[in-house]
Amino acid sequence: MIIRKRTIALIIYLGLLFLPIYWMLNMSLRTNADIMNVFAWYPSDPTFANYMKIFTDPSWYNGYINSIIYVTMNTGISLLVALPAAYAFSRYRFIGDKHVFFWLLTNRMAPPAVFLLPFFQLYSTFGLIDTHIAVALAHCLFNVPLSVWILEGFMGGIPKEIDETAFIDGYSFPRFFIRVFIPLIRAGIGVTAFFCFMFSWVELLLARTLTTTAAKPIAATMTRTVSATGLDWGLLAAAGILTIVPGALVIYFVRNNLAKGFALGRV
Amino acid sequence: MARIELNEIKHSYHPNPTDDEDFALKRIHTVWEDGGAYALLGPSGCGKTTMLNIISGLLKPSHGSISYDDTDVSAMQPEDRNIAQVFQFPVLYDTMTVYQNLAFPLKNRGVAKADIDKRVDEIAEALDLKQDLHKRASGLSADAKQKISLGRGLVRSDVAAILFDEPLTVIDPHLKWDLRRKLKEIHKEFKLTMIYVTHDQVEAMTFADQIVVMYEGEIVQTGTPEELFETPEHTFVGYFIGSPGMNFLECTVDGALALVGGETIPIIPSYADKAMRAGGKLKIGIRPMYVGLHAEAVEDGIAAEVINIEDQGFCKIVTAKFGDNAIKARIKDDRSIPDGKCWLTFPPEKTKLYCDERLVK
Amino acid sequence: MSKWENNRAWFFILPVFVIVAFSAIIPLMTVVNYSVQDIFGPGQRFFVGLEWFREVLLDTRLHDALWRQLTFSGLVLLIEMPLGVAIALTMPKKGWASSLCLVILALPLLIPWNVIGTIWIIFTRPDIGLMGSLINSAGISFDHTANAFDAWTTLMLMEVWHWTPLVVLLAFAGLRAIPEAYYQAAKIDGASPWAIFRYIQLPKMRGVLTIALLLRFMDSFLIYAEPFVLTGGGPGNATTFLSIYLVKIAVGQFDLGPAAAFSLIYFLIILLFCWLFYQALQAVEGGEKS
Repeated sequence: MIIRKRTIALIIYLGLLFLPIYWMLNMSLRTNADIMNVFAWYPSDPTFANYMKIFTDPSWYNGYINSIIYVTMNTGISLLVALPAAYAFSRYRFIGDKHVFFWLLTNRMAPPAVFLLPFFQLYSTFGLIDTHIAVALAHCLFNVPLSVWILEGFMGGIPKEIDETAFIDGYSFPRFFIRVFIPLIRAGIGVTAFFCFMFSWVELLLARTLTTTAAKPIAATMTRTVSATGLDWGLLAAAGILTIVPGALVIYFVRNNLAKGFALGRV
Repeated sequence: MARIELNEIKHSYHPNPTDDEDFALKRIHTVWEDGGAYALLGPSGCGKTTMLNIISGLLKPSHGSISYDDTDVSAMQPEDRNIAQVFQFPVLYDTMTVYQNLAFPLKNRGVAKADIDKRVDEIAEALDLKQDLHKRASGLSADAKQKISLGRGLVRSDVAAILFDEPLTVIDPHLKWDLRRKLKEIHKEFKLTMIYVTHDQVEAMTFADQIVVMYEGEIVQTGTPEELFETPEHTFVGYFIGSPGMNFLECTVDGALALVGGETIPIIPSYADKAMRAGGKLKIGIRPMYVGLHAEAVEDGIAAEVINIEDQGFCKIVTAKFGDNAIKARIKDDRSIPDGKCWLTFPPEKTKLYCDERLVK
Repeated sequence: MSKWENNRAWFFILPVFVIVAFSAIIPLMTVVNYSVQDIFGPGQRFFVGLEWFREVLLDTRLHDALWRQLTFSGLVLLIEMPLGVAIALTMPKKGWASSLCLVILALPLLIPWNVIGTIWIIFTRPDIGLMGSLINSAGISFDHTANAFDAWTTLMLMEVWHWTPLVVLLAFAGLRAIPEAYYQAAKIDGASPWAIFRYIQLPKMRGVLTIALLLRFMDSFLIYAEPFVLTGGGPGNATTFLSIYLVKIAVGQFDLGPAAAFSLIYFLIILLFCWLFYQALQAVEGGEKS
């Protein structure tokens, strides 16, 4: 019977976990007047007006496009630079290797608030303010160290003999890396991409500071709505729900590797 | 200690087995006598581990029941069955010392501290673990770890049986022999029922009084090593035991003669008679060491061609061919071997007949 | 695994080095530069030495924010770690039910942080929120914008809601890596469920739980967006954590010098704590191996 009790506890937990999201979904399907007038467990007269507004107003939907552009760029850059570095950490011993590794990880601990102003100044100097690449580069601050860390864990699980055999078979290094090694750690790359996507997608502080209009992320568009008077709750809720969708899609694609990826190798 | 009886056990890992192929264990009906040292021998995937887990209670069989000393234990959990099991890879409680590891099964059953100390001491002595008793188990070598696993199985003096699931796989070859001898000593000393799963015939023969051979989810023969060698009851046993395995040739029987590809082999008449009455597909079987090999034509000899000679040091394995049939013969090293043409003889008292893979009795 | 000795491996590290230099070293140098100057505008700056550090370190509002931050992070770890492990233990190990649990669990982790704040504003508003109106209709007055205790409760609930799934996922990954033979051996040895947890599951999860602890500490110490959206640091200064205070000084008052000094101190505090955690865990691990 203990099994039954556990299952019930789990279902209650998952239910509570889903409740706030459900409530937002509920709001998003009602008009603002309806929300303010009556308290309801479910939308009695569901309307998609809030969603239609977001899909037709460029100042709304551009936010999504901007977010997706810089998140994709960041994921690409992070993987590209982290792959060779993780290979070096997992295969070679060299001067200062441990220090560099630890130094990389300390960047993951840096408060984004600390970097706010210097970033702004730095990117202003290069004329990068309000571009997608600025946000993508800024997010490398925490995503590159994390990618190196996760990938190193996965690469450590591949025996070094594979490399040696390939070199004996006459593979050049780049060919070996692309044709043999990368397919072997496909799962690891998928998981790393997931994490990069996740942390870049959810970050707001840097993204908001480095953009004004042209590359403004959806999350920032929403904060402006919050501070405005005469708040439209229904619209806000609909925008919120739409920010969950890309995340949910990504989870769906990596669901089978999720548990494996979280094992992260070692400390 | 107990006598273990398996009644009509069948097991399938499929939720809804449809045909015989779905069953990991097809029909097991057997008895393990109290205090016996058994080896469960068979190739990978024949159902050995499944059977062991059913005996210990880790698995519930799809059909059938199991009893210890006439008490039905089918519904009991492993901890209530009072049984010990040692696994293929060392299973240790990392955070405990060697002593705590060995004492764990006793502590869980509320044994008094003084008795635990005494028993752990005995087992540690028997397994040469005394000097490591207060070290962390996780820091030891693979051998020592597996010894601790063995020790945890042996530490309870009142168990119904101890089950070993290929426990020496991870051990170095020279230590294997040592540990196996130790297990035998412990068996003699404590008179425990031991069931030892292995796929290595040498290991089975040196450990056990009785060997149980399994093949495709069935027990095909139970017997002493000698019985298995001399009278294999199934062609698989003949093939699996002995090196090289038994020769098998498809044949038909006519009177006191077996016909193999046009040649005739004499059979004891009463035996041949039984085989004729059994019907079914017949095979003739003979151990390579009983095959006679002659340089000249002899009575009842079959003319054949030597095609391969393999020198094994103390003996030679000769492969000879007549028609489409190849026969292996084991020849003492000091005898000369004919080149090319030779004659083979099959002593009737050593020649067995098999009907649908099973021995004609 | 023994590694090859090769200093040319530095070439592999180079891209990472360049990127991180651009996004970490140069900005950090800028911060150091600011922290020792008084800046009135472009071209108008004076060297002030360690004056800002002295000022920041003596700032009582910063002390308050630091204590608030430590209390918050401590509570977060105390609640999320045991809860996460407990939930992981109840999860089905395989099959579709397991996948479904994982997907639901990962959902809060992929919501932008300020949207998390928005969700909880909507959820806890006394007029339109489910939780807010339920509590108020039960006769208890609840308003996180007016009452400091309510604001803290709401923040903790949100934080636990948001981040416990990460601990669950890590713990679950650790649990799944335990070979079946350990459970079988424990059954044979007659171990109680508690003994299985204490002697098998917990030791085997130590690696992932260390990661969970470090990540949770770091991120809860850096928290900004969620309280900023939900409470804006109020009521009063009740939920003004370090990041919020820092941004107030830097952006709100545009005091670049003190903000820079503050930033450096903030960074050092995090490094110190992470180093302490790491050393403590290493010491425990070392003690268990000897």
